[in-house]
Amino acid sequence: MDRSMWTKTRSLPRVAAALLLPFLAAAAAQPEATPVQGPTAAPDPATTGWLLVSAGLVLFMVTGLALFYGGLVRRKNVLNTMMMSFVCLGIVALGWVFFGYSIAYAPGSTFLGGPAHFFLSGIGLAGEGVPAVLDVAFQGGFAIVAAALVSGAVVERMSFSAYTIFIALWSVLVYAPLAHWAWGGGIFDDLFGRSVIDFAGGTVVHVNAAVSALVLALLVGKRRDYGLRAMLPHQIPLALIGAGILWFGWFGFNGGSAYAADGYAALAFLNTLLAPAATLVAWMLLDTFRTGKVTAVGLATAIVVGLVAITPGAGVMSPMAAVLTGAAAALPCYLAIGWRARSRVDDSLDVFAAHGVGGITGALLTGLFASVAWGSPVEGGLAQLATQALGVVISIVFSASGTLLIAAAVSLVVPLRTEDGQEAVGLDIPLHGEEGYSDGEGALLIPVVSSSKAAEIAGTATRALGGRA
Amino acid sequence: MKLVTAVIRKEKLDAVLKALFEADIEGITVTPVRGHGGEAETVQTYRGTTVKMELAEKLRLDIALTEPYVERAVEALLRSARTGEVGDGKVFVTPLEKVYRIRTGEEDEAAVTPVAKVASPA
Repeated sequence: MDRSMWTKTRSLPRVAAALLLPFLAAAAAQPEATPVQGPTAAPDPATTGWLLVSAGLVLFMVTGLALFYGGLVRRKNVLNTMMMSFVCLGIVALGWVFFGYSIAYAPGSTFLGGPAHFFLSGIGLAGEGVPAVLDVAFQGGFAIVAAALVSGAVVERMSFSAYTIFIALWSVLVYAPLAHWAWGGGIFDDLFGRSVIDFAGGTVVHVNAAVSALVLALLVGKRRDYGLRAMLPHQIPLALIGAGILWFGWFGFNGGSAYAADGYAALAFLNTLLAPAATLVAWMLLDTFRTGKVTAVGLATAIVVGLVAITPGAGVMSPMAAVLTGAAAALPCYLAIGWRARSRVDDSLDVFAAHGVGGITGALLTGLFASVAWGSPVEGGLAQLATQALGVVISIVFSASGTLLIAAAVSLVVPLRTEDGQEAVGLDIPLHGEEGYSDGEGALLIPVVSSSKAAEIAGTATRALGGRA
Repeated sequence: MKLVTAVIRKEKLDAVLKALFEADIEGITVTPVRGHGGEAETVQTYRGTTVKMELAEKLRLDIALTEPYVERAVEALLRSARTGEVGDGKVFVTPLEKVYRIRTGEEDEAAVTPVAKVASPA
């Protein structure tokens, strides 16, 4: 078969069907009405209430991220970019309940959870603190956000079908095992006698997504005209709104990770306010020093950097340590973004410079600032700093190699990159048949009687557009 | 008949329209345009990227006029669009060969004369 067939829009339902059918068949084969197993403790109402809210907040972050990323790309790619976030709400959510949750949290070995909870087998209303079903939803939000973060590095040129297959596999094969290591009783619980502290996903979500994003960006290649033409954000107000929504959602992301409606949740909440606040102020100073002006894209970025940096330590350090963490994260991320923009690495929206560098900085500082008095299981210091560093290195190696393998496998089936002509006209119309800001002027209505005729017309139009380079 | 084409600063549009109105000039087409001006380029910064904006954003006014109005229009434009800084724009006056009003098929001077002037009892 002609490989370019796979880049056509019509191939997507086929790919999706091929991916989903085995899952559905396996689900159908499950014994009916699995009795509730596992923890039988009755959930705590207050904790359950706060986690319900938090799970919603985490899922709202996907909308924030879509706006943040969407505003930063060129107008011809705004829909494709936003859909790369939204599609995770579908694909990753299903992968998570079919396999991911079990790989992360079912009893298993040091490296992997087991198959006990595949297709949510044994997951019911009971649970320690919260109902097990709510834990699935809350943690599923993290998997979805992590996968959506990856897209920022490859927007404006990666094939949508290749990306959807990639994140479906990545969230199950890379994200879920790493979640098991950090939170499911895996190797991060006992690394040479010490535990890696990752309160809300500094390594699992941010370092992991950022490394995968960077590797994927290098594999897909830089955008045409990268380094030759200016590729400016088309709607910065969207990016600012997105950053604001991300911050709002992050209160659930970090606050919910306390798994209680208590003082530690409140601490995580306050630290989630303070760290980005400090980053924002530090970033303003850096911006002023460099260009004489405080930039809007800079502030939006600073908010995200501060949020990322406080994530691993939000519930284990003092508020003043959170301020230091936020302020300290600004400089390395600012320098990394400046360096990246002048380099040949086209990580389009600086996923690595913001989430990778910010996540690593936060994970290391958590090692220094973790305080038993503020809820940490161990006191911070050089020994914990070394443990955190080891955790970061392991995450980077695992994430990079997993991404390489999955991307290589995907590229055997679907080209990772869109055709050059499609990239030139923007991906919205060739890949999705829609444009972000259509005014409808000069658009004629074509009466269509059948869906096959509609597909034929759409295909013809797409080929015509794609060829216009 | 002449076609007066003016390229002006965006922020001067209100002042220019007022001056033209006061000079009894109607029938104007305004178009946003971009071009090379004589002014210093503006520099913008987007996160790690610094960009020099080569093309300046301006407005273009197209005004078709009968001979008696040409001088008044040019004078109004020069006066109202001026700041004295580089980048104020230009006014071009070109001969106009033929004009038709689409609604009535009127030609030339009849087509250029504002309807209000003909219709008013004065």
